[in-house]
Amino acid sequence: MSRRLITGNAAAAWGARLARADYIPAFPITPQTEIIETLGNWIDHGEMPARMVMLESEHSMMTAAGAAAATGVRVFSATSSQGLLHAMEMLYAVAGWRAPLVLVNVSRGLASPITLESDHNDVMAARDSGFLQLHCASCQEVLDATLIAYRIAEDPRVRLPMMVNLDGFYLSFTREPVSIPELDEVRSFLPDFDPGSIRFRAGRPISQAVAVLGGGPYSYFRYESHLAANAAADVHREVVMDFERIFGRRYDAIETYQCEDAEIVFLMIGSFSTKARAAVDALRDAGEPVGLVRPRLLRPYPAEDLRRALAGKRAVAVIDQNLSPGHGGTLHCELAAALYGSDGAPPVLASFVGGLGGRDITAAEFFEIAKVTKKAADEGVTPEPRLLFQESELREVRKLQAIAHHERGLTGAEHVE
Amino acid sequence: MYRIRFHGRGGQGIKTASRILGSALFAEGYEVQDAPRYGAERRGAPIFAYVRADRAPVYERGIIDHPDLVVVTDESLVQVPAAAVMTGLCDRSVLVIASAAEPELWQQRLGVTCRVLTLPPGPGEGAALMGAASVGAAAKLIGQISAANLEGAIRAELEGLPSDVIERNVGRALESFDSFESHAGCVSEGEALTRASATPPAWVELEVEPTSISAPAIRGEATSEQVQTGLWRTMRPVIDDSLCNHCSWICSTLCPDAAIDVGSDREPIIDYEHCKGCLLCVAVCPSHAIVVEPERAVDEHRSDP
Ligand code: SF4
Ligand code: SF4
Repeated sequence: MSRRLITGNAAAAWGARLARADYIPAFPITPQTEIIETLGNWIDHGEMPARMVMLESEHSMMTAAGAAAATGVRVFSATSSQGLLHAMEMLYAVAGWRAPLVLVNVSRGLASPITLESDHNDVMAARDSGFLQLHCASCQEVLDATLIAYRIAEDPRVRLPMMVNLDGFYLSFTREPVSIPELDEVRSFLPDFDPGSIRFRAGRPISQAVAVLGGGPYSYFRYESHLAANAAADVHREVVMDFERIFGRRYDAIETYQCEDAEIVFLMIGSFSTKARAAVDALRDAGEPVGLVRPRLLRPYPAEDLRRALAGKRAVAVIDQNLSPGHGGTLHCELAAALYGSDGAPPVLASFVGGLGGRDITAAEFFEIAKVTKKAADEGVTPEPRLLFQESELREVRKLQAIAHHERGLTGAEHVE
Repeated sequence: MYRIRFHGRGGQGIKTASRILGSALFAEGYEVQDAPRYGAERRGAPIFAYVRADRAPVYERGIIDHPDLVVVTDESLVQVPAAAVMTGLCDRSVLVIASAAEPELWQQRLGVTCRVLTLPPGPGEGAALMGAASVGAAAKLIGQISAANLEGAIRAELEGLPSDVIERNVGRALESFDSFESHAGCVSEGEALTRASATPPAWVELEVEPTSISAPAIRGEATSEQVQTGLWRTMRPVIDDSLCNHCSWICSTLCPDAAIDVGSDREPIIDYEHCKGCLLCVAVCPSHAIVVEPERAVDEHRSDP
């Protein structure tokens, strides 16, 4: 084992390398490209005996990934943002094939307008695809989650593809100390892929994409995927116990921090949750009983764990780095569905949307979120959803609008008051 | 926790500087987080990079609001609002600016009360070694990094580059490291986060606004004229008048940036302020009248006395 400073992207590449991925269909996109560059470099220098193929789009990439997984080899791929959306049709298809593989997504906000920076709308768009999802908060977790994902995806009780999500910039380009395990240790945790019944061969054609008209068989196959995804919750529990036994790092489906005696709880996913953790420390120093819950596993949704962790809390502040237009934050909605009618469900679930397009969430904002949520609990009134957006940011937008307005004048384009 | 920000322009080695400092602090036993932050990835664009180091695991993330040390490798960035060089400087911060001017002058110009130090470029030294010079300075000012660990971090980070490049960078960094001896350790670790010291956010309610202003559209003409995209060019198309037969439309029509005008004599004129150097014109000219010169060669030629 060596402990060194590496980026989240390098950690994902190490995950694929230590998992001995056989086949890596690839297509570059910021901020993911470093992953496939790193893997390509290792392959070129004989350090990783895998085959990498550059496809002409993410749609083809995902098709190749699923097709290869259906032959019984271990497949790794990575994408981000628009690339994930471009692959979306095949995401659903490949999950339906019950082909296990691991896809790393480096979260980046979606167009329009275009950004390179992180939020979770891309990965949230894939939540209904049948891919299972693990969400990471540190570079170490990226490497570890990649190994864990293979174990879950390939488990005969599951046999579904799995996504590992890390945030663009805040993890992808950020170096943190990462323990890189020895290959032998990894082998004992993640043996070679035993494809079992997955044996597609050119001489023995199978069709993975059968047509089933009439609805009955369709319902059966879709629901089987759903049940397999649910079964992945137990498999996850076993796998992470194994992981802890071998590597000493623990990855429950949800991370809880200072939760036991907390009255107010932050709930969020991804790398900004470490900022929430730092804010919890500061709030505790100031005497506030605040805690943090961070789902790592988002598909299957860890409803039971969340109900248990949140029972008896006075209020939860859900911080969504995604936005469903016309609805609001997705995590908030899913949490409300999971808690509804359960014993001890917190009476107040406050919704905060922030960190869109790479926008920071400051410590002061976490403090304010805690304050607003506590007040809501005291008064028993759930506050309106709140966008984390400050006066200074509006001033910046107004300046851009003024310039655009001026330009329209200069160029004779429509003049609108 | 130490919180350090580097500011520079793309191509000045800011990301490398932050990684070298991060690795050196890691070698000294610190938990470290370092990251670059840039918009469009191109030479000359303002970028910054940050390093956090602590004896305990680092949970803070993203932009550093309250830096203990800010290192600026390009003095022209100070007046660029988007670079936000001055953000969060307070009395106990240390500001290092790559500049031949005196520190007192910078203190006056910027109206700051914090310690300001300057990092004068060596004689005839271009931007290439500024990254090395600034990481040497930062390491000494923090005062927790040995020369050996600084050198080790540079060698590890630059591994694979030609050995003369590595030696030049090591030499420059160590020279800079030594030159700040009288200020060794003047950067101190910032406070842990506290609620009491935070200013509550001024959140605003957004109203629905007409799409004529709330859709992200810009009219490009004025901007296109102002932005000198010619700076992006690495290769320059040059028209050889003796070969050009003034067909007057092929290169000028096909240039994707409308950067070739046609003069009164039907002669093509390249607008180098906006030619991005895609070299499409070179490919399409039927009489092979457009040749390619590397910008670097053009620059060197120009700076010859
Ligand atoms: S190099 Fe490209 S941008 Fe420049 S003049 Fe030729 S075609 Fe136009
Ligand atoms: S295409 Fe060639 S020949 Fe025609 S105007 Fe341009 S440089 Fe001259």
